[in-house]
Amino acid sequence: MRPGDPRTARAEVALASARGVGTEIFSSQPRADVIRAAAFSVALYAALALAVLGLAVLVLDNLIEGAPRLNPALLTNGTSSLPANAGLRSALIGTLWIIGFVIVLIVPLGVGAAVFLEEYAGSRSRVARLIELNVQNLAAVPSIIYGLLGLAFIARAPLNLGFVVLTASLTLALLVLPVVILVAREALRAVPGSVREGSLALGATKWQTIRHQVLPAAVPGIATGVILAISRAIGETAPLVPLGAATFVTFDPNGPFSRYTALPLQIFDWVKQPQAEFQTLAAAAIIVMLGLLLAMNSVAIWLRNRYERSW
Amino acid sequence: MKRRVQSKSAMRRLAANPGGSDNSRLRASGPRRGERAIYWALAGCAGLSIVTTTAIVISLLIPSLQFFGEVPLGDFLFGTDWSPTINPHSFGVLAIVAGTFSVTLWALLFAVPVGLGVAIYLSEYASRRRRRLLKPLVELLAGVPTVAFGFFALSFLTPLIQGIWPGFLGDEPGVFSVASAGLAIGLMIVPMIASVSEDAMRAVPNALREGAYALGATRARVATRVVFPAALSGIVAAIILAISRTVGETMIVLIAAGNTPNENIFKSFNPVESIQAMTGFIGSIATGDLATGSLEYKTVFAVALLLFVMTLAMNAVSIRLVNRYREVYE
Repeated sequence: MRPGDPRTARAEVALASARGVGTEIFSSQPRADVIRAAAFSVALYAALALAVLGLAVLVLDNLIEGAPRLNPALLTNGTSSLPANAGLRSALIGTLWIIGFVIVLIVPLGVGAAVFLEEYAGSRSRVARLIELNVQNLAAVPSIIYGLLGLAFIARAPLNLGFVVLTASLTLALLVLPVVILVAREALRAVPGSVREGSLALGATKWQTIRHQVLPAAVPGIATGVILAISRAIGETAPLVPLGAATFVTFDPNGPFSRYTALPLQIFDWVKQPQAEFQTLAAAAIIVMLGLLLAMNSVAIWLRNRYERSW
Repeated sequence: MKRRVQSKSAMRRLAANPGGSDNSRLRASGPRRGERAIYWALAGCAGLSIVTTTAIVISLLIPSLQFFGEVPLGDFLFGTDWSPTINPHSFGVLAIVAGTFSVTLWALLFAVPVGLGVAIYLSEYASRRRRRLLKPLVELLAGVPTVAFGFFALSFLTPLIQGIWPGFLGDEPGVFSVASAGLAIGLMIVPMIASVSEDAMRAVPNALREGAYALGATRARVATRVVFPAALSGIVAAIILAISRTVGETMIVLIAAGNTPNENIFKSFNPVESIQAMTGFIGSIATGDLATGSLEYKTVFAVALLLFVMTLAMNAVSIRLVNRYREVYE
């Protein structure tokens, strides 16, 4: 038997296992390789630690810095130029108004678009592919550009709404619609075809099938998408900067045509102030905002796990 | 996959001929005009995305064209002196483009190794339980609002960098610096790089891994020599998407990178310098009291148009790459 012949190796393995010394042959990874593998896994753990630590430090830093102002007065005090009296009430009410209208806009529009793309257009149709590509692109347009769109077309002519709650809602709705559409499509796609066929076979029309069978089955997925979109809309600051949200609002916004401020804008305003007291306020307000977003994301995850059905 | 296609065609046949035969008792009892109305209403919802895109393009294009009526295109694209609001006016956009690229560079230097490390760990090393625990934790980072990252850069990263800055590298960074803004953006885009690349790596068929293990490769070798190259197009897509996100990021650069365009574009790449990025310029000038039709207004939209074109090009490449690797392994 020549060396290199597969029979050689096989014979050796057979002999080795017969003698009970197999480990020598099977553990033949070169030493350098083993060391390199160990170093590599250390690097991987370091990367993971950096990412997780980054999040932890971000939260802790704000918690420690904002601790002196984390009290109920932070939520009930209105805007003030004196840091000791300043609070988030106007900003929170503004955010509630804005997000309320965002929800009213994105649920029908987003779900409608997803139903059209998934149930009516068919994945091979040219229109559907064009719209899908367009939605993917819109999802990645920088948010400040939506702000400029809002400034040019919604706050001023042709819509000419001015710098009010509804302008912010419309702009943010356009910004987060792609998220709703993409997630709602995934949810609709997960409903098996047999559900539709069963309904159609019983004589239901296409819309009756969608309305009574497909949509109810897809609700958890759609709700997850809507919540994700809303939490994005709550945290977005850049598009509101050109929309003239007056950051010094001494009244509470009280309707769609009221001037307003919003949570992230109030934080931005405080971050810009030179006094250290305002930095403390900003840190405390960030904790409030992170708490709100964390709660919403937890609900989304819980919804997904609770109602996820495997077909 | 195959079953779905069959069911779809079955649906279409049913819709075209509900009875499946000429049995008149199974035909619809009325013309059902409502169904058509619903179809068009839904099509309108979907068409809104096209309207949005068109509106964005028009809103950016009109003021930009007016801008280029006053400022020569060449001066704008190739000049490096940026002073659009202070006399003497000068519109060399390269000064702030360099600022944007510099922030992007420093962000990627942090985010690419960390993001890919996380992706390889989650896809190749982690047990199922650990993955279920760690993946949402990393993705939480993506849900943190950018204004919070900006404040984090200013209140934590800047003092940290100033504290550990080794003297032989020259002056330490000031209050506003590329390094601190870049690091904050880097942290922000880690989950994006990690989750898109992890998807790409998990799409690599197991047979490739098993083949390599059977030849005696270590886990590290399988990850770096087999899985990584096979998932490369997805990984590149993730990085391009992250670049596009960084280029468009406004609040962090507005808060932490400063507001000083550098005429010497190489100076902008020095991590200790304060710079102005394209989005930082837009965010600092485009506030509610910006008068429509003023030269400042037009300048903002010209910069925004350049930003839009840059991100659009990157997104197009990235989306194409993602769609391609999806097709290959499914």
